Amino acid sequence: MTYDAETLTSLKTDAAAIVARYPDARSGLLPMLHLVQSVDGYVTPDGIRFCAQELGLTPAEVSAVATFYTQYKRHPNGKYTVGVCTNTLCAVMGGDAIFDELSEHLGVGHDETTPDGAITLERVECNAACDYAPVMMVNWEFFDNQTPESATAVVDDLTAGKPVRPTRGAESVCSFKAMSRVLAGFPDGRADEGGVAGAPTLAGLKLAREHGWTAPAPLAEAAGEATASDATPATGDHGSSAERKPTTPGDAGQGGEKK
Amino acid sequence: MTTLTPVLTDTWDAEKSWSLDTYLAKGHGYEALRKALTMAPADIVTEVKTAGLRGRGGAGFPTGLKWSFLPPDDGLPRYLVVNADESEPGTCKDIPLLMASPQHLVEGVAITSFAINCHHAFIYVRGEVLHVYRRLLQAVQEAYDAGYLGKNVLGSGFDLDVTVHAGAGAYICGEETALLDSLEGRRGQPRLKPPFPAVEGLYARPTVVNNVESIASVPSIIRNGASWFASMGTERSQGMGLFSLSGHVTRPGQYEAPLGITLRELLDMAGGIREGHELKFWTPGGSSTPMFDASQLDVPLDYESVGAAKSMLGTRALQIFDETTCVVRATSRWMDFYAHESCGKCTPCREGTFWLKQILARVEAGGGVDEDIDTMVDLCGNILGRAFCALGDGATSPVTSSIQLFRDEYQAHIDHHACPFDPVKSALFEYTPKSRTGALAGAATLGGH
Ligand SMILES: Cc1cc2nc3c(=O)[nH]c(=O)nc-3n(C[C@H](O)[C@H](O)[C@H](O)COP(=O)(O)O)c2cc1C
Ligand code: SF4
Ligand code: FES
Repeated sequence: MTYDAETLTSLKTDAAAIVARYPDARSGLLPMLHLVQSVDGYVTPDGIRFCAQELGLTPAEVSAVATFYTQYKRHPNGKYTVGVCTNTLCAVMGGDAIFDELSEHLGVGHDETTPDGAITLERVECNAACDYAPVMMVNWEFFDNQTPESATAVVDDLTAGKPVRPTRGAESVCSFKAMSRVLAGFPDGRADEGGVAGAPTLAGLKLAREHGWTAPAPLAEAAGEATASDATPATGDHGSSAERKPTTPGDAGQGGEKK
Repeated sequence: MTTLTPVLTDTWDAEKSWSLDTYLAKGHGYEALRKALTMAPADIVTEVKTAGLRGRGGAGFPTGLKWSFLPPDDGLPRYLVVNADESEPGTCKDIPLLMASPQHLVEGVAITSFAINCHHAFIYVRGEVLHVYRRLLQAVQEAYDAGYLGKNVLGSGFDLDVTVHAGAGAYICGEETALLDSLEGRRGQPRLKPPFPAVEGLYARPTVVNNVESIASVPSIIRNGASWFASMGTERSQGMGLFSLSGHVTRPGQYEAPLGITLRELLDMAGGIREGHELKFWTPGGSSTPMFDASQLDVPLDYESVGAAKSMLGTRALQIFDETTCVVRATSRWMDFYAHESCGKCTPCREGTFWLKQILARVEAGGGVDEDIDTMVDLCGNILGRAFCALGDGATSPVTSSIQLFRDEYQAHIDHHACPFDPVKSALFEYTPKSRTGALAGAATLGGH
């Protein structure tokens, strides 16, 4: 390994902290690979040997794991991973157009890095934000409801070294290395920043508030000190679909089983 | 009329909704844990069983029953592992829940651990959601600091450690046994069942694996009682659940409603299909559940009714597509996903998704031949029921269901040697499609992943 003494010492300290979280040391491998990326910017041969040594595995065993997961990079990654969701829903809503625009604008394709090392462009799979489609991720922070123009502006700012703010996340996007350190389980103290729920997250709740809809009040016997005197409607009629009349053949088939 | 029933979502509009303080002030935070610690663990299991809570991660297995499958305590470790890998296309409920109110889950973890006598629980969250991971780490730390986790929880003598673990990008790690392998530091590949995790799970010890929303629902059941929970929903699909509307709808988002609500009702609440358009097809529970069209608008979204209509409730990921969407393009892209995410362990899925992807890509691009449709149906028949895990089965759902509903559309691609749809019409903005040269060349057919 070619780590200098200081780097190696801090790597070892962090690796020990990771291993201590688990009953079995090997469980620390995934976070340890994130840790290696936080130092080297990708999973280097040195990083593989380091993990192997710390966990008593062979480098081949570590490689086999590292190559299985898409977040572990086998080549130096850009400072920012820009991932455009091109799974079906986002793709249809405009994700394909956004990816094409960025690809042309940056002159790189999927899993390629700009010559200045600023951006690695990726097509990513569904990132659990479909209600904000089309979605783009920068170092795995959410950029919701994107357009080709908004996405281009983001990558231009990233390239120019300007701070960039996710739509739902920390106040600014951190570097790939800094992100990898958090994913290794070392908090960066930014959990309270930003990340306020957007309109889709609150869509149902807002409607419920407007209409005064609530879940049923706790039933008196089970509720302990809670009172059933809320203005909430009685359980079983309002707020429950249980009393619906069957309206479709599928419904009728099951309807008899309903309350 | 069915109305919404905010329970898990109820604190999401509060200031700093993710903090422990807000959870305590606005969400009855940790009242349920205090109550649970006075109960016999077996009574907690019974309460959850009686409530009728069924797994919210897709399969709908009764949660309390799963807990009761653990073998008798032998004094050695047993584990709770929370599945926060949320990656099924269309599924977007656990991640916003964890962003907005992670304490719901942490309290659920504490109660469940006490109920099954687990002293070390794990939350496995997908690695591609940085801020959510930050929030979870902080939520667990806050709970430790307040005495809800750690040694001697609330003075009860019960000890509990919780580790929040980030994955590294692999859909298959949502499959519970692949998740366990991944959590043990291996490639995430499914294990042969039996033995089920309840008997031999993490480190070959008895383990309960549950979805985020399942565990987050537990505090409300303990606090309000099983009959309260069961008063929502239908007779066999009890309680509330998060319904996630996405796609061509006016107000996409999270709608927490009793199971059994219909898409028609949900669409009414969400402002309908986007203006000037009409519903073409939708998934009831993610891309792995057979798609529906407008004729299923009134199917109650509960496990039994959706099953009777030949699909699955899945994760209540309602992806809505209007008439501008090419179903071949949609299916082809989903197949890119399955081929990319197939773990390679078994032949039907590894090879089958690979070939389906090729055929779908060529049909979409106008290069299909007449036999392609039947070949795909055939291929699906060879995967379904023969794959090692449910990923392979799920991969066939969009293909077979879309061919059933829209065979003519496939045929039109083949007959006219081109896709009849204009992708610009289904996007949310105007744009001029790029000609595919240079870096873009090949991207159209290969999916790129
Ligand atoms: C390919 C595949 C991916 C899955 N992904 C998830 C997931 O991300 N989250 C989840 O909770 N369950 C997922 N599941 C279901 C789990 O295997 C398991 O049934 C679930 O976590 C059990 O929890 P529950 O009973 O509370 O639903 C997946 C299953 C398969 C086959
Ligand atoms: S069905 Fe697919 S994902 Fe599941 S074990 Fe087989 S190859 Fe792996
Ligand atoms: S399809 Fe893009 S986030 Fe789900």
